[in-house]
Amino acid sequence: MNARSCDVIVIGGGLHGLSAALQVARHGKRVVVIERHWVGRHASGATAAGVRTLNRDLGELDLSLEAMDMWHDMPSLVGDDCGFHANGQICVAETPKALAALEARVSGLRASGYTHEELIGPDELRRLLPELSHHCLGASIARRDGAADPHRALRAFRHSAEAAGVTIVEHCAVTGLERAGQDWRALTEAGAWTAPYVINAAGAWSARVAAMVGDDIPLATKSSMMMVSERLRPFIKPVVAIMGRSLSFKQSDQGTLVIGGGLQGIPDLDRETSTARMQVLAKGAHAATDLFPAVRDIRIVRVWAGLEAKTEDMLPIVGPSPNAPGVFHAFGFSGHGFELVPVVGAALTDLVLRGHTDRAIGNLQAQRLMRPAGATPERSS
Amino acid sequence: MKREFDVVVIGAGPAGMSAAIGLRGQGLSVLVVDEQAAPGGQIWRAVEAVAGTPTGKLLGDEYRAGLDLAARFRASGAVYQPQTQVWQIEPGWHVYMTRDGQAEAVRANQIVLALGAQERPAPFPGWTLPGVLTVGAAQILLKTSRQVPSEPVWVAGSGPLPLLYMAQLLRAGGKIAGWLDTSPPGGWRRALPWAGAALAGWGDVSKGMAWLREIKAAGVKRVRGVTALRALGDGRLQEVEYTGGDGKTVRAPASVLLSHEGVVPSIHMTRALECDHSWNVQQACLTPNVDEWGQTSKSGVYVAGDGAGIGGAQAACVRGELAAIGIAQQTGRLTPQAALGLAAPLHEKLAGLLRLRPMLDALYPPRASIFSPPDDTIVCRCEELTAGDIRKAAAIGQPGPNQIKSYTRAGMGPCQGRQCGYTIAHILAAEQNRPVAEVGFYRIRPPLKPLTLGELASLDIEEEKA
Repeated sequence: MNARSCDVIVIGGGLHGLSAALQVARHGKRVVVIERHWVGRHASGATAAGVRTLNRDLGELDLSLEAMDMWHDMPSLVGDDCGFHANGQICVAETPKALAALEARVSGLRASGYTHEELIGPDELRRLLPELSHHCLGASIARRDGAADPHRALRAFRHSAEAAGVTIVEHCAVTGLERAGQDWRALTEAGAWTAPYVINAAGAWSARVAAMVGDDIPLATKSSMMMVSERLRPFIKPVVAIMGRSLSFKQSDQGTLVIGGGLQGIPDLDRETSTARMQVLAKGAHAATDLFPAVRDIRIVRVWAGLEAKTEDMLPIVGPSPNAPGVFHAFGFSGHGFELVPVVGAALTDLVLRGHTDRAIGNLQAQRLMRPAGATPERSS
Repeated sequence: MKREFDVVVIGAGPAGMSAAIGLRGQGLSVLVVDEQAAPGGQIWRAVEAVAGTPTGKLLGDEYRAGLDLAARFRASGAVYQPQTQVWQIEPGWHVYMTRDGQAEAVRANQIVLALGAQERPAPFPGWTLPGVLTVGAAQILLKTSRQVPSEPVWVAGSGPLPLLYMAQLLRAGGKIAGWLDTSPPGGWRRALPWAGAALAGWGDVSKGMAWLREIKAAGVKRVRGVTALRALGDGRLQEVEYTGGDGKTVRAPASVLLSHEGVVPSIHMTRALECDHSWNVQQACLTPNVDEWGQTSKSGVYVAGDGAGIGGAQAACVRGELAAIGIAQQTGRLTPQAALGLAAPLHEKLAGLLRLRPMLDALYPPRASIFSPPDDTIVCRCEELTAGDIRKAAAIGQPGPNQIKSYTRAGMGPCQGRQCGYTIAHILAAEQNRPVAEVGFYRIRPPLKPLTLGELASLDIEEEKA
């Protein structure tokens, strides 16, 4: 028997797994991160890396706002700002109807006591985005939002985790999870590990891990595509989206344009790849050139599609397993998990260390998506 | 409305033209797309315009031989679309292309990739300086616009192409400052096992000897066994520094330096389509696995010509014809017996044309030093990363080329890793004490060629109109 024991086994070496591992380890726990490929192989390495509270679902807004504070203080967590620039996120309205929808959203937030989103008119919009097409009527903005550098974030979280004593095991797949007395035993291609706690942060494959401990959580897959241009002069600072169209548009520190926004490729979980669809990306290019006519002749040099989990209500699952004491889930971020990385790791740390958390994960429990215990699927006779 | 063809052929060089002629002969509808303005590929570039001119004469009979094929291709009835860039192929098969700023997706039942070869990237200190280019690039300038550098040219490299180019340049009135022969010594000893093949392929061998005689007669200085090469200069090439077989390092004035270290198959599209490939140890490159018709591991995707393995123009023509027969059989236009009957003499001819190949591979293996450039040498030109940057990143975990991309941005620029892919793989292999074949190669992302946002957007606008 080749069992090694520790305090926490984290399944999945993406940013959420690393964040949890790092923060738990800082409290003196021995943590092993087991990653099937390499750190950041899938969603974390393919993210658009927007750091966004704008247009967040109310079900995760409080958590997102706490995460935003943590992003503004990122060096205290991982010794690096991860390339985070708080130049704001803007959602542009092209039509009176879209503008009305933004107004309704912002006034609704105000009524509930939230002030992080505000409306801006054409003058302020042009001040912030001088090259924006003049057909745009107004926008909502979250000024403390921004974007970061995903690969720099991966390096920073990896190094900090290792410095905190976390063991990262790459190229090693978890093949099973079973009870071992009071502990859990993770069976892997490189032998077994045992620990009282397991964190399931396996991204698009998390439902398969959850099923190993009896949690039947319905989960779909997203394959969000991104395209990146050649480098160009700095011309836009905020991240720009359009109300009613699929687009996220920004310029990276390297000068490249990074364009995405929920445009979907074709995922393949078993082959662990996804295929880009240029016909779909064409819609993103269309939206981008409508918004910024000056980028028409900029060359696209790279396109990719990531793989990540998508839940029915587009909110993540963060919290204890309903069926397996000691197992905690953190997945299903549905295309907007990057901003939540620091706070979800902190919430999981609370759960491991104290069994509960004051952080706002109440709306994110797995039970909401699962059938009541004992229920069986209806069969047609 | 999406255009549809039985076959889309990509590339109008020897293989692509031959495949198109053969496919039309079987009654199949064919679209041939090509980046150049006229048929011919690299080897017969601009042959229709140049063959009958004095430049055509100095380029030689081998070059003018392309004229006849180009004429037959023009008359074949294939739809020929020059100046078109293919930037993505999706299963089904949907071939995405751009011409005159307008993008289009064309559907085809089969595709023939006739993409030829590229010069093996061989980084050395200073190779990015203005004034340093490849022999292939200089030869294209000679073919298309008879450009002859006014100053004497340094030629550094290995393989038949530098010999041919030097002979052509001399005929065109150019001057050669020196030939820095980087072929590893002992070539004829390595080639000895194929002496029989050399006799059988005597025509080609004697051509090479004739070029050598021309070069010698012109009094070109040849430095044998060159192991290290540096291009020096402030803002542009001013001096070349080399270490010869005698171990002595020499520095000399230079205004043009042309390098060439052999050619490797163009594998970007077959890699992007995730076709199976094998590692060629002797030539240190990947080659797509193809059957006797040139079909890859993906049904309906054929590779013809040097893209399936280096064989030269004549072999490329035969492979194009074989692909056409294979497709005709696959689509039921030919019975298997009829296809085999047509193919038998072609297979025999191809074997004859490839007989010399093992000897050439033995004569001109890539010299070791191009795979281990000094730390200060730029290896990824797009992102300006040095060999030292890659070696440093190789120490994090045990990364493969795809992780190195995210660690360093190597291979993320407009060339999509065409220039740095093999170098990165070799550096990682050396740092990690692993075979290169095991280290692997970049996963190739679309677009296969850069296209503008406006061009991509035109695809959506076209759909709106439809």
